[in-house]
Amino acid sequence: MKSEFNWEYAPAPEAKDHIKLKAQYDLFINGKFVKPYSKKYFATYNPATEEKLAEVAQANSKDVDLAVASAKNAYDKVWKKMPAKERAKYIFRIARVIQERARELAVIESMDGGKPIRESRDFDVPTAANHFFYYAGWADKLEYAFPNRNPQSLGVAAQIIPWNFPLLMAAWKIAPALATGNTVVLKPAESTPLSALKLAEIIQDCDLPPGVVNIITGFGDTGAAMVAHPNVNKIAFTGSTDVGKIIQKAIAGTNKKATLELGGKAANIVFDDAPINQAVEGIVNGIFFNQGHVCCAGSRLFVQENVAAEVIQKLKARMETLIVGDPLDKNTDIGAINSKEQLDKINEYLKIGSKEGLELFQTSASVPKKGFYCKPTLFIGAAQSNRVVQEEIFGPVLTIQTFRTIEEVIEKANNIPYGLSAGVWTDKGSKIFNLTSKLRAGVIWANTYNKFDPTSPFGGYKESGFGREGGLHGLMPYLKF
Amino acid sequence: MTPDFKHTPVIDQVGIEERVARFNTRSIKKDTKLSGLKLALNMIDLTTLEGKDTEGKVKQMCYKAMHVSDDLPGLPTVAAVCVYPNHVATAKHVLKDSQVKIASVATAFPSGNSTLNIKLEDTKLAVDSGADEVDMVISRGEFLKGNYNFVFDEIATIKKACGKARLKVILETGELSTLDNVRKASDIAIHAGADFIKTSTGKIQPAATMPVTLVMLEAIKDHYLKTNVMIGMKPAGGISTAKSALQYLVMLNETLGPKWMSNEWFRFGASSLANDIVLQLGKESKGVYYSKDYISID
Repeated sequence: MKSEFNWEYAPAPEAKDHIKLKAQYDLFINGKFVKPYSKKYFATYNPATEEKLAEVAQANSKDVDLAVASAKNAYDKVWKKMPAKERAKYIFRIARVIQERARELAVIESMDGGKPIRESRDFDVPTAANHFFYYAGWADKLEYAFPNRNPQSLGVAAQIIPWNFPLLMAAWKIAPALATGNTVVLKPAESTPLSALKLAEIIQDCDLPPGVVNIITGFGDTGAAMVAHPNVNKIAFTGSTDVGKIIQKAIAGTNKKATLELGGKAANIVFDDAPINQAVEGIVNGIFFNQGHVCCAGSRLFVQENVAAEVIQKLKARMETLIVGDPLDKNTDIGAINSKEQLDKINEYLKIGSKEGLELFQTSASVPKKGFYCKPTLFIGAAQSNRVVQEEIFGPVLTIQTFRTIEEVIEKANNIPYGLSAGVWTDKGSKIFNLTSKLRAGVIWANTYNKFDPTSPFGGYKESGFGREGGLHGLMPYLKF
Repeated sequence: MTPDFKHTPVIDQVGIEERVARFNTRSIKKDTKLSGLKLALNMIDLTTLEGKDTEGKVKQMCYKAMHVSDDLPGLPTVAAVCVYPNHVATAKHVLKDSQVKIASVATAFPSGNSTLNIKLEDTKLAVDSGADEVDMVISRGEFLKGNYNFVFDEIATIKKACGKARLKVILETGELSTLDNVRKASDIAIHAGADFIKTSTGKIQPAATMPVTLVMLEAIKDHYLKTNVMIGMKPAGGISTAKSALQYLVMLNETLGPKWMSNEWFRFGASSLANDIVLQLGKESKGVYYSKDYISID
């Protein structure tokens, strides 16, 4: 009998010698990089190595003033008056340059955020380019999109984006805003500013009129100053529900429009008639995509009782084949947790779940010593009352509950303050339609999970926020009628 | 009691295709590539199944099976040669006691359109002439009619006639139309006694594809989880490049695991794959590609 053939994959690191990062990045205001009034800079780190990548400017309220003023000026003097067809050309140009520089952007995204290069290369960057392409097409067709309603742009949009998909979220925000004729002040998250700053360079290269897009970096107080600024007409925020509530309070009594895309705790429901092997794949994709740093992650698994044992057995086996490690290795499935703070938060929840008496399963492969890593984790035998079921963990942690009847699973799936997304796995079409009409979630995937397309609207119910991004619906929050 | 084949597990085609795409993004480099290529070479069933096959061609192929490329030392042999029953004796004469096995197609290959008696005679000829392995075809017509018991019984009967020879059951997936059917046919073959399940005869397009192979690997996995019995897999036809062979190995490795990573449990049915692997191995050892004129075509 021959011994088993253990076929370990040799390292296949993506080269990073072509990446040019400046030691220090200033604020991108009015088409130029300018020094911050605050004179302060903060560091951004590679979460996989804990090495400092660059320093970026910390914008204070004076810097925000300057950015908003340049956006308003550009809106009044240039962008509002420009024929829509011309606006579209700029947006197309941005899309094309993103494609041309895709490799560079993908590597930077993985270095700054810890996500596997496979995802930044195959998902984040191409989808970001697609959003610009898609909305460029709408720019001169708004009157056909909303016939007889005379759609008009709003003015200056303040956009605050999270750290989980830095470049893609920038695209989701900037592309529809520009297409509808608004100008932008965008703030990327403090832990992942680099791809947005590269986008600023791209926007410069595209000769976009100065001030149409301004990109400033900073912490929560910078965002607060943007939200509170009197010359801002529209707020678009993606991030935590807590911050979303603060924004809602801050803009109460003003006529600022807002779109909030907040947290989630999605139910991923597997029925006994589902294609089980593909469902297991979908469960893995649902929760371990981007280390679980996905607001629509399928973090609550509901399995029908009679197939639960099979699904859990197969899920565990599949998880053992996931490669956790260097985000820049082309074979890595799960990269680094975005920051120390986030890793601490996830570890806290691992303790809570264990204390609540749930069965914990983690994969056996070791993770790198340096850097912030978390093994893919299951909590088996969870119940609605467990904190790990109720609260958003935002990490590679899946809770597993079983159910017996369809009524039971609908009730449990909806029994949560969030309502962003859900997944359904069954071979029966009628069951899918029954569930999609009864689940209170903005996006419901059937026999797949985490599928995104610029043409498809995305957004939530309840504490997952309001307003839609993507598709025709994604134009509306940037228009008045 | 045989399972109810009307209710075999369902397959989601989109999910299967996505999984395959994922395997194909694996980057196989350096030692992994080298060991993978040698393993793939060692898994090949070197095949000639043509009406115009001659004794000479079979002899040459058998020699090649044992000496894939003598100027690259340390290469393994292929797993087996695969011929029609009337050439088994010739192959046996050349291969004698070498490690290379002899596989013979049988049961009115490739269509399978004949009576059970003739199929049994065909099988008997192959086994009596010295075949170590029999590659049978299922009756696709009966399968598509829904006559699953017929297909099951036929496989079980041929299995008995094989004696010690291992039985590979060819589903001819290119004629089965859906992945659900592929899964159903796999389950029937496995339960009826197949030692290996095999995608194609090579005479129908499409022959082996990665999605079809993945569905069959999953059937094998599900059977193993329930019974602890291992079944082998043989994709055949259409796999002609070293790169695609490595992609199949990635799929095998991540679906069934290291236990299956040997020619006891996995084969490639191919005629030109061996030469492409030799070309790639030559490049790995010498640093440059050499002309195909330096690689014998037998």
